[in-house]
Amino acid sequence: MTIDTAYVRTEMVSAQPAPRRTSGTWAWMRKNLFATPTDTVLTALGVIFLFWVIPPLYNFFVGHAVFPGGTVEDCRASPDGACWAYIGSEIEFFIYGFYPMAEYWRPNIVFALLAALIIPLLAPRVPFKRTNAVLFFVVFPIVSFILLNGLDIRVTEDSPLFGLLSGMGLLSTRFGLPEGTWLFMQYVPTEQWGGLLVTLIISVVGISLSLPMGILLALGRQSKLPIIKTLCIAFIELVRAVPLITVLFMASIMLPLFLPVGMSIDKFLRAIVGVTLFTSAYMAEVVRGGLQAIGRGQYEAASSLGLNYWKSMFFIVLPQALKHVIPGIVNNFISLFKDTSLVYIVGMKDLLEAVKTKNDALEWASASQSITGYAFAAIVFWTFCFSMSRYSMWVERRLDTGYKR
Amino acid sequence: MAAVDTARSEPSRGFFLNDPVVRGVIYQIVTAVLVVGFAIWIIGNTAGNLAAQNKTTGFDFLWRTAGFDISFSLLPWSRSSYYWEAFLVGITNTLLVAFIGIVLATILGFTLGIARLSSNFIISRLATIYIETIRNIPLLLQLFFWYFAVLKAMPAVRESIALPFDMFINQRGIFVPRPIVDEQFGFVWIGVALAIAAVVVMRTWAKRRLEQTGKRFPVFLASVGLLLAIVAVTWLVSGASMVFEPPVLERFNFKGGLQLPPEFVALLFGLTIYTGAFIAETVRGGIQAVSKGQTEAAQSLGIREGDRLRLVIIPQAMRVIVPPLTSQYLNLTKNSSLGAAIGYPELVNVFAGTSLNQTGRAIECIALTMLVYLTFSLLTSLIMNWYNARVKLVER
Repeated sequence: MTIDTAYVRTEMVSAQPAPRRTSGTWAWMRKNLFATPTDTVLTALGVIFLFWVIPPLYNFFVGHAVFPGGTVEDCRASPDGACWAYIGSEIEFFIYGFYPMAEYWRPNIVFALLAALIIPLLAPRVPFKRTNAVLFFVVFPIVSFILLNGLDIRVTEDSPLFGLLSGMGLLSTRFGLPEGTWLFMQYVPTEQWGGLLVTLIISVVGISLSLPMGILLALGRQSKLPIIKTLCIAFIELVRAVPLITVLFMASIMLPLFLPVGMSIDKFLRAIVGVTLFTSAYMAEVVRGGLQAIGRGQYEAASSLGLNYWKSMFFIVLPQALKHVIPGIVNNFISLFKDTSLVYIVGMKDLLEAVKTKNDALEWASASQSITGYAFAAIVFWTFCFSMSRYSMWVERRLDTGYKR
Repeated sequence: MAAVDTARSEPSRGFFLNDPVVRGVIYQIVTAVLVVGFAIWIIGNTAGNLAAQNKTTGFDFLWRTAGFDISFSLLPWSRSSYYWEAFLVGITNTLLVAFIGIVLATILGFTLGIARLSSNFIISRLATIYIETIRNIPLLLQLFFWYFAVLKAMPAVRESIALPFDMFINQRGIFVPRPIVDEQFGFVWIGVALAIAAVVVMRTWAKRRLEQTGKRFPVFLASVGLLLAIVAVTWLVSGASMVFEPPVLERFNFKGGLQLPPEFVALLFGLTIYTGAFIAETVRGGIQAVSKGQTEAAQSLGIREGDRLRLVIIPQAMRVIVPPLTSQYLNLTKNSSLGAAIGYPELVNVFAGTSLNQTGRAIECIALTMLVYLTFSLLTSLIMNWYNARVKLVER
């Protein structure tokens, strides 16, 4: 029996291009810019807005701007352009504050250490995470404090170290020292620290202290022990209800009163205490959200394996809970980073305060001086915060197990 | 977990310290002793420090004359006012900027949040750029920018920049015409109240009719009409008059009109722009939380696009939006304390700043200041709980 298969196609039809209405630039524009009359009007308004905004912005930041190397006269001659020359000439103050210039190598080492420790910590493929974390959260703060604060080691010219240290340019001298005596790692009080250095250190210390404290507070709030629970709730709700500025006021004015008579507390420490207490309350609420998202079964499974409270928390519950709330935790880090700009309340000169101080300086006085200064600070803050938020989005995607609805 | 079940015979746990109940009690006793001991230590130190500095304590200073100037106040203020009046001035100034800021930030935030979800490429990109830029720059920096770099850099009074509607802007702030009303104007306010009541009644009626008969009533147009008509009629009948007194440049300063000090304008600008970006993200999250099935269901019922948003999506999105929205409002109120940094006389500036410095009563001043913010926060969460209970999904 033969079957007539004349109607069956024997060769494949080659792929046709999609209709012009559905793909390509034209279709994209139709869909995204001119879908409806209202859309067309909105597009037109948007384009007009761009034409109105972009040229002055371009001229300010690039076109009419005076770049480093220019003079104050150039800046005065170009009032609608940024005076980057001003930033260039004051950049050291913006980074180090009043830190002695001869000792810049110390903050530089701290910056380098920070970068060297944080990049492998954030990159998921790099091994030795635990060692790295211990180095970053415990060793790094101590080392950088010693480096920045100094040791005041006296080196006489006949000591064997003298040749080596002076050859590397690490020695400085100070008025009042006997002839022929030099200082290695001169003592630099925290009042002289400033600029980006202070912003970064307060953020890093605040971040590494507030997360564990927040976790403890959250566990306390979830706990079944009434006294601990009440204390944690009272602390969290009180701190979250008041503005940071009042907490810093408290740290700056009341903390010295709380200490034994005659004992005083460093300004820098006051700022860190204030910022950390404040952020840990917010952190606790975020972590609590994560804890609540973990099903009862996980707690029960941990108990049935014979794990005690702390073991079941640290090996079973918290790893899952924290993963749930990574975006919230990073948001808190971003807030903390932005909030460090308030430490001027306790008298620290952070990046913003350093810029504000120099904006009043007369040697660079020009029409665009203060706008340039604030634009510079804004760019620095924005870069840090934006990269943190992008990193958290990336981690969130990476950790997504696909079980979400 | 910790409840002791004596009815059942528990297996022996051996050493009593291994019993979680006993451990719980011990942990709590240790914590309580530590906290109480810490508190006693702090109180003792504070008393010692205060005695060493010859400082007294107590709230009696509230009834002393303050003797300082406050640049901007809604309440009557003079140098001979008392400290408790300074406290009230601080609170009203905080509430004033917070209230106006909340209204403006809500409008800005909802516009931007919806714009970011727009299918129009340019509009959604512009909204995204705005939100991502503003959210990642500290508010204090933005306040400094508006205050020091923009408003303080305005020309001197003689060279004021004229804006439309008789408004002027210069170093000393923005000068706007001041509305002056006569005694008859009270009737107009009554008219406004009446009109609002009428609108509420009309809406209830329209809703009931819609539910019973399915007939729609143009609620929005009718509301606008009612408001305009009732107010206009009372205005005309009562013969009330309202004139605008424009600011006039005299030798050294403007006379007449209403002066909005640069501190106020900068703070309002900064708070609105900053919080607006956060509200926009809240709104976007809320709208995206409504599942796509709701949109499709509405489409398959043949509901028009505008109605779809208004009747199907927004009511469901609001359930998600409102809790974070109120916390943004609370944030705005708390952030208004940054006005202290640019010299706007709000609570922290007036009370935890000037009053504290003059009286030296640090603990009292800071405690009162914190108490005010605590009250705001508790009130807000009370209202929030009530609202949440009202809009909660009714389940079986």
